[in-house]
Amino acid sequence: MVGIVGYGAYIPKYRIKVEEIAKIWGEDAEALKEGLLLEEKTVPYLDQDSVTIGVEEAQNALKRALVNPEEIGAVYIGSESPPYAVKPSSSIIAEVIGAIPEVHTADYEFACKAGSEAVFVCYGLVKAGLIKYGLGIGADTSQGAPHEPLEYSAAAGGAAFIIGSEDTLADILETYSYTTDTPDFWRRDGEFYPRHGGRFTGEPAYFKHVLGSAKGIMKKAGLKPTDFTYAIFHQPNGKFPLRAGKILGFTMDQMRPGLVAPKVGNTYSGCSLLGLAATLDVAHSGDLILITSFGSGAGSDSFIIKVKEKIEKVRHLAPTVKEMLEDKIYIDYGTYVRYRRMIKE
Amino acid sequence: MVTAVKVSKTWREIPQRYRLEANKCNNCGKIFFPPRLICSNCKSRDFAPIKLPKEGKIYSFTIIRTPSSEFKDYSPFAIAIIELDNGVKLMSQVVDCDFNDLEIGTRVKLVFRKIQEDGSSGIIAYGYKCVLVKS
Ligand SMILES: [Zn+2]
Repeated sequence: MVGIVGYGAYIPKYRIKVEEIAKIWGEDAEALKEGLLLEEKTVPYLDQDSVTIGVEEAQNALKRALVNPEEIGAVYIGSESPPYAVKPSSSIIAEVIGAIPEVHTADYEFACKAGSEAVFVCYGLVKAGLIKYGLGIGADTSQGAPHEPLEYSAAAGGAAFIIGSEDTLADILETYSYTTDTPDFWRRDGEFYPRHGGRFTGEPAYFKHVLGSAKGIMKKAGLKPTDFTYAIFHQPNGKFPLRAGKILGFTMDQMRPGLVAPKVGNTYSGCSLLGLAATLDVAHSGDLILITSFGSGAGSDSFIIKVKEKIEKVRHLAPTVKEMLEDKIYIDYGTYVRYRRMIKE
Repeated sequence: MVTAVKVSKTWREIPQRYRLEANKCNNCGKIFFPPRLICSNCKSRDFAPIKLPKEGKIYSFTIIRTPSSEFKDYSPFAIAIIELDNGVKLMSQVVDCDFNDLEIGTRVKLVFRKIQEDGSSGIIAYGYKCVLVKS
């Protein structure tokens, strides 16, 4: 059965606390932390972008997959912060991991859903028998404009998945997508910071698509929330996924392992995949996992995943999300401004 | 804008910068990084390609406080000679660390980062830097 052969996560080492940002703008940190369920977020260093983060994720996935990179037939990255407007990121990553030159590569865009799309397409190609392995990556280093709500959440990181049909650590039992044209969040070409539709980002965008996709895949598979061990929903903050899960009938215990936003922030295309990686870090053979991504614009991809025994053997071949969360250096707002190049010379 | 020289050099160095590709003399066993065509030890031209290990230790280091203009964004930064686990030495920036944690012999691993950007419109040169390995 087609499934996950290897997975790897990455988050940068630098962090800024909600208090530190709130202090600069004279805002109420406690209210923000409670309102958004965010404590701190990751900050990429000056020399990190979605390509270098994608490489770290891919290398960690390879450590667990133990496959020859030359057998990877597709390398896809989903990101909304590519370093080049014209020049693929996927070809750089394929070159670093040694998958070149017999490999199909592409960069995906669909706001925060681009990462799960990359995995979705790998799944389809492996299932069709066109490739032996496919590498799907979600990685972002997105920015929120200063003194905007997004500044508290826009973070960096993500996860990568190697999809194959032999020796899987988890099988993909079902897939489902739910998409409409919804203008909840956008960035016009040439603009630096994104814009959003204010309150419009909640009900008609995030909740409609996440709930629609999660309900759709459960109906398709004939499963209900109590059948699952874990569930992961896209995390623009800590609050939205918990509310979505609660509406669907999932418990806090099912969602806790994959809820990374409070300590990481919103890693955009990397977000739900990072939550899946954190869940796989603690999952055991037989566990059933539901993951639903969300991308503004808007749409959601869902997967139902069944964990297999191999996970116990390969889990510790690469750093877990928890290990990376504990390995951090806090920075102040001035350093944050410098690392994110927010002052233009 | 004419950047052909920089672009071709960046492109040429991809195998060693991205994948740490070196070569080993089949006659005397000496390893060269970057790869060479003639062995400086025994003059042999018979080489086998190898990949360098990604871990090693700090052999020597210094803090750069007044870098050349293209690296001024990173100032101050640590630069080190790393002795990889197979004995090969290479120079690398040490990132994501407190300078007080740097010591000769400290374990490090190589990671993939941006090395240099040719302004905001030019090519981005990627390659290896190193981070401290948590003991
Ligand atoms: Zn020789």
